Parts: sequence; C-alpha cells; structure tokens
Amino acid sequence: MSEDFNDNKTIQAQSSEAISGGGSGVGADADYVRPAEVADQDLYHGHSFITKWIFCQDAKVIGVQYFLLATFTGIIGLILSWLMRLQLGFPGLAPFMTAEHYYQFVTMHGMIMVVYFLTALFLGGFGNYLIPLMVGARDMVFPYLNMVSFWSFFVAVAVLLASFFVPGGPTGSGWTLYPPQAILEGTPGSGYGIMLMCISLILFVAGFTMGGLNYLITVLQARTRGMTLMRMPLTVWGIFTATVLAMLAFPALLVGALMMSLDNVLGTSFFMPTILKAGEVLEYGGGSPILFQHLFWFFGHPEVYIVALPAFGIISDLISVHARKNIFGYRMMVWAIVGIGALSFFVWAHHMYVSGMNPWFGFFFATTTLIIAVPTAMKVYNWILTLWRGNIRLNTVMLWCLGFIVTFVNGGITGIFLGNVSVDVPLSDTYFVIAHFHMVMGIAPLMVIMGAVYHWFPLVAGRFLDEKLGKWHFWLTFLGAYSIYFPMHYLGFIGVPRRYFEMYDSPYVTSAVGMNEFISLAAFIVGAAQFILIYNIIKTLKVGKPAGHNPWQACSLEWLTPTVPPEHGNWGDRLPTVHRWAYDYSVPGAKEDFITQTTPPSEVANTEVEKT
Amino acid sequence: MHVGIIFFLVILGSVLFHIFTPWYWTDVASNWGGMDDTITLTFWIGGGVFIAVCLFMVYCVFKFSYKKDRKAEYKPEDKKLEKILTWATTLGVAALLAPGLIIWNQYVNVPKNAIEIDVMAWQWGWQYRLPGEDGKLGTTKVVNINDNNPFGINLDDPFGNDDVMIQSDVINLENNRPVKILLRSVDVLHNWYVPQFRAKMDAVPGIVTYYWFEPNKTGEFEVLCAEYCGVGHYAMRGGVEVQDKQDYDNWLQEQETFSDLIAKQKILEDEKTKLAKK
Repeated sequence: MSEDFNDNKTIQAQSSEAISGGGSGVGADADYVRPAEVADQDLYHGHSFITKWIFCQDAKVIGVQYFLLATFTGIIGLILSWLMRLQLGFPGLAPFMTAEHYYQFVTMHGMIMVVYFLTALFLGGFGNYLIPLMVGARDMVFPYLNMVSFWSFFVAVAVLLASFFVPGGPTGSGWTLYPPQAILEGTPGSGYGIMLMCISLILFVAGFTMGGLNYLITVLQARTRGMTLMRMPLTVWGIFTATVLAMLAFPALLVGALMMSLDNVLGTSFFMPTILKAGEVLEYGGGSPILFQHLFWFFGHPEVYIVALPAFGIISDLISVHARKNIFGYRMMVWAIVGIGALSFFVWAHHMYVSGMNPWFGFFFATTTLIIAVPTAMKVYNWILTLWRGNIRLNTVMLWCLGFIVTFVNGGITGIFLGNVSVDVPLSDTYFVIAHFHMVMGIAPLMVIMGAVYHWFPLVAGRFLDEKLGKWHFWLTFLGAYSIYFPMHYLGFIGVPRRYFEMYDSPYVTSAVGMNEFISLAAFIVGAAQFILIYNIIKTLKVGKPAGHNPWQACSLEWLTPTVPPEHGNWGDRLPTVHRWAYDYSVPGAKEDFITQTTPPSEVANTEVEKT
Repeated sequence: MHVGIIFFLVILGSVLFHIFTPWYWTDVASNWGGMDDTITLTFWIGGGVFIAVCLFMVYCVFKFSYKKDRKAEYKPEDKKLEKILTWATTLGVAALLAPGLIIWNQYVNVPKNAIEIDVMAWQWGWQYRLPGEDGKLGTTKVVNINDNNPFGINLDDPFGNDDVMIQSDVINLENNRPVKILLRSVDVLHNWYVPQFRAKMDAVPGIVTYYWFEPNKTGEFEVLCAEYCGVGHYAMRGGVEVQDKQDYDNWLQEQETFSDLIAKQKILEDEKTKLAKK
C-alpha cells in the first residue's frame, strides 16, 4: 500500500510541474502533458459471435456479462428472501417450509447476496466496464485473463446452484459457515452441500484474483496521458482500493474453505475439537472452531468494505454530476477511502465479541472499530456538503443518491451501537444485527447500484431509461426497504434472536407477530418492485429516448468516447489527453457548467479553475 | 418539492416511531442496566447526527434544486470546515466509546464472590452443575461423558464428588448474588442467553468460556440459544428461576450431588450382582 502512496505523490508532483512548467501564463505551454511512456495497447478483436459475445476479451462486454450473471444470482437470492419472510411473517402457511429448508434458504440468501451478487456486481460489473473508460485505457491490461475471470465466476455460480440438486441439498450452516456445525449431521447439507459451497468459493476467489489483478494493474499502469492518480474519479479510487482489500482478504476465506473441506472429507481436525455426537465420541480432536471464525472475519470484514468502497466512489460521482458541483473535499475523500481500506483489516473481531475469544481483545477491536467511524463520517459530510449550494437535478439518479445517504447514515449509526463492544453484548445475534447490516450493506449499496444503472445505462445502451418508471421503482424500493429494516431494529431490542425458524410463544415476543407480518408484506412489495427495472430496461432497449453524446454533461472520460456506446478499443485512433480532475462543474467564468477532463487550459483561459 | 417533503416525513416518522414504539426492551433483570444506558446515550448522539445530516440534506433539496439560470458554487475544499468536522466527530465517537469500554471492563472482570455454574450445551439442550460445599467445580472431559457420568467429571478429581447436578434445562439462581456462567459444549457452538439479563457468550466445544451477571429480579425467565447450532437451534430453549435466598436454599437442598449419583448406581449394581449370584 505504501508504495502506491509514494507513487502517487511523485506522479502528482511531476504532473503539476509539467502543467505549470511553462509559467503560470495561459497558452500552448499550459496545455503540455507528458508524452506516453509505453506504446498503445494491441487488442484482440473478436470476429465470430462466440469471440465477440461469449468468450469475449472486451472489458465492457465482460462487465455486462458479470452484471447479468450477478443480477441473475441476485434474483435467486431475492426469491429465497421472500420464502424466508413467508415463514417469519406467516409461519405454517407454506407446507414445504421445514426448518431444514428455512436454514438452507437463509444460508444461500446470505452468501449469494454478499459474494455472488454485490461483490461480483461492483467489482466485476462496474469495475470492468468503468475502469478502462475512466482512466483512458483501451481495455484491461490482460484481456484474456479477464475473460477467464468471468468464466471462473460462471463455473462458481454453477457449482453453487448445483448444490440445490445434490442429496441433502445446499448447506444450511448460515452464511458464516461456522464449524463444527457446518460439517456435522444436524445441519442440513452437511455432506455434499457444504462441499460444493467450499468448492464454489474457491473457484470464485481464483476467478476474482484474475480480475482483481487486472483492475489494479490497469489503474496503476494503463492510465492515459495526464491522468494522475489524484485526477481519477472517485469511482476508480473506490474500486481500486476495494480490489486491494479483496486481494488481501480473499486468501483468508480460501484457506478457511480449504481447511474445512479437509476436515470434512479427510477427517483432519483444523477446526474440530473432541466432539460427542449422539452418545459417541467422533474421531476429531484438538482443533479450534474459533480459528475458523478469525479466518472468516479476516475476510468478512474487509468484504464489507469491498462492497462499500466502490459504492462510496460511485455515489460521489453521481452526486457531483447531478448536483452540478465538484465533489466537496476530493483529497479528503481519496484519503478516507484509502484510510478506511487500511483500517478495515484491524477490526474483524468486532464480529466475535461474544464468540468466546479472549475477551480482552474487545478493548482493542472496539477502539479500532469506532476509529473507522471518523473517516466514514467525513465522507458523509462531504456528500451532503456537495449538495450545499449545488444546482441539484432531482432526477431518478439523484433520488437513489438521496436514498443512499439516508439509509447509509442510518445503518452507519447502528454500526456504532454494535461496534461498541459492551453495547454489542445485548444486541449481537438478534434482529438488530440483521436490520443493521441489511440497511448499511444491503439497501445502501443497492441504492448505489440502482443509481449507477440509471446513470450509466445511456452510456452502455445509448438510450435513457424511462424516468417515470424509474421514480416508481425508487419510491417503492426506498420507502418499502426503509419500512422493513427500520422497525426491525426494535425486534432486536426486545431480544428476538436471529436464525430462528419459529419463535413459538416466548412471552416477550408475542408483540412482534404483527410487525413480522408487516415486514413480510413490505418485503414482498420491495422485491416485486425490482422487476419494474427489468421491464424498464427491456422497454428502453426497444423504444427508449436516444441519449446521444455525454447526456448528463459530465466531466469524466467515460462519456467522451468518439462513439456512444463506446466500441472495442474505446478511443478510436487517439487516446484522450487529460488536463484536469473529473469535477470541474460550475467553474466561474466558464461558458457551460462543466469542463471536461480533456479540455486543455487554453480553451478555458478566462476561468477561475483550481489547479489539479 | 414533493421529494423533500417525503424525505422529511421519513425522518419525522423515524423519530415518532422511536418515541411511541411499543416494541422496546424487556425490563432489565440484572446488573447490566449500564448497557441500556450506553444504548440510550448512543441513541441521543447517533440519532442527533442522523437527524442533522438528513435534515441538512432535505434543506439542500428544497433550497438548491435545479434552476436553469443558477450556477452552483465552485469550492473544491474548505480545510477549516473539514478540520472542525473531523474533530467534532472524533469527540463524539470518543464520548460513546468511553462508557462502552468501562462497562466491558466490568464485564470481563468477574467479582470474587460470584458462584460458578457449569452450563453444558449440546444439540439441542442444556444442563447445569453447581459446586458443592467445597465451593469448587470438578474438572471435566468430553470423553468421560456417559449415562453414569452425564457431565463427564474426572473421577479422580476430589472437587467433583460433591458437585450438584441439575439434569434439567431449568436452573434456579439466587437473587442479588453474582453468578459466573462457565459455558462448555460437547458438539457445536451454542450461546446461553436470557434477554432480560442482557449478557451472553458463545459456548465453544473444546474450551470453557465465561461471563457473569447478578440477577436482581425474582421470577421465571426463558433461556434462548443465541448462536446458530443446526436445525434444532430455534427449539433450544431453557429456563431460569430467580429466587430469594430462602427459596433458593430449599431448592438447592433437594438437588442430587455427583456422589449421590455414584452411590445410587453402586446400590443398583450391587443388587444386580446379588441377583446374579442367587
């Protein structure tokens, strides 16, 4: 990490020197940008249908492939959540909802949404599509590897879904897959189910590493002339930092999955102590179940930020474009992303305050966890300060941004409850936790994804999504999701434990019955509302309003390709040259309210633009 | 216009929900009222920030929504403002962290006079063991567990003989006397949790974990398993009955000790051998 920082400083220094090198006067000298250091990238151009659309090496197509497959698994996750809510709100209504099935659905819903939906969508989907375009590259630096990355993901999803059809069904061990329970009878899918889950995760990590190396090296090595690190859009910063986290965090998950598979198949005892089951002592001994939890959460907490950082980056750009104002405190935003990323490796055991680990760790992890709240809060302040004295377009994209701010702040603050070790004690393993992480890690990133879809769809498809349908989609999703998760916190205060198939008639929980019915109804509506987007996309592809060039009047490079949608190779004959950051909106003295990154200083000579 | 109003109503609704909610804490029945107080404090500070940020956002939506002839302000950063916000946030976070850590310090330091209780968990049930007159629990091993030794007490450990064995999922506690819950599991993770006591900790096979509390209300409470432990997790319930000293002592008198159990088994075996001889 520290090398990146140094690198970034020197490049910044060089470039500002280069810009001001010809004196502070405005003229051709001010337009000087260092020449490219390497030759233009040679690309493999597909000719057949298969090489163009299936085994394709174009990052944009791979991005769309990632997006579609992640969305497909996301819809499965959504259907599973409906089935869970059916049981919780109206127990006994569906005869097939046994406890086994309930726990299997809980597990698959969690794993699908966190890994196969959110991670794949943000990094594989948005990362692939946007990184080369935003940094001015022709493609990812290793296009072939990039293709293999997607197809590994495809196989990982296939293996994951295959577990629905093996004897015993998918694993029902909860998405955290804690041993010993995950591989012992008494948990559904403790044989084949958990095995396929581990294999699928290993495939995912392998495929993701191929993609991740691409994102990192493309950002570090393939930026176009003038695109210094401190001129990159925050979207790229978010995805870049998240990828660094993923490269360091996923190996922990990989070894955890591998070691548990060995315990399961070969009878090793990494995580298995002496166990008495049905009156018999099993042939395990000496292992530590808590070791797995450390490995899992050493992955699992950075994973939260692997999803959150790209979301932070994207939302910053969306707010800035549609408030017609530069993102407030860009440098602070960059350092906050990097700082949160670094800190995220020192907080993992806040998921384990009551796990039975040495309780003295609690002091350390509570402190680090609450420290991370500071840079996160700074980001929130900067988003709302970007709205301040802006010129806010209240279109669908901006609505998703506003929805994100509300849900993220709400979920962030309940995170302070849970991070604060002794406050966590009564709340952990209750519905408060469920409400917290769905608000902050489910709904808030979903708001960003939706905002991003409405924002970049005109780039990908050349047409605007329907605004009216978009607004229905937003209000149903936002109000519905908020009324699912806001009241749910209060179930946690009562003490309703999570992962309960049924509450029976616990005396203090009877009052929760009505709320559970309400939450389930809201969940059905919110889920159904997502199909508005699918309808909107299909409709738009047929009869949508053509978007044309740079329809949002944005500054960043992805909108400045010679053709819309961009072709393979992105930039036609010549790579773009960058003269400024991505946020020169509403510059005093400028004719229009945006100056694109490629506009040389001599063209906007009379403006009071900040040097970047 | 309507956008700002709806967002405002969402904020207002959240505040009203919090004030009038019928769903809230059960009455605390242990010494951990401090946890509730810290939650209340976090509500005040965190809730204040939530309301402030959202209202600021709503104000911006009202005040600065798009007009063709207006230009947004161009101000990349404001060092002073950013500094103030950073320090104010740090201060607020520290104000929340401090009480949290103070209470955690109490949580991990068990009072000397606490009575130790062995809580043994399995898929899916509980049983309990109290120290006898020597005030100490005998050591245990999973491999020792059988019908004659349900807790797996090491037979050569003299402290184990007078241990009081409660082979039921309900345990009685003495009011206003701290208890140290020693948790162990013979198979998977479990967690012995009574919402009214606020406290909890996982039972982990292979090690003994602990936490403590001091019940301060008499009555019956439900025990829930709070760590997912397989398909019977939701049905893994137990009970606690908190009693005044007199009632508790009476109850304790009636319980069987380990030596009682061994003696009883010896008699049974002797009778068996006698029958065989005849």
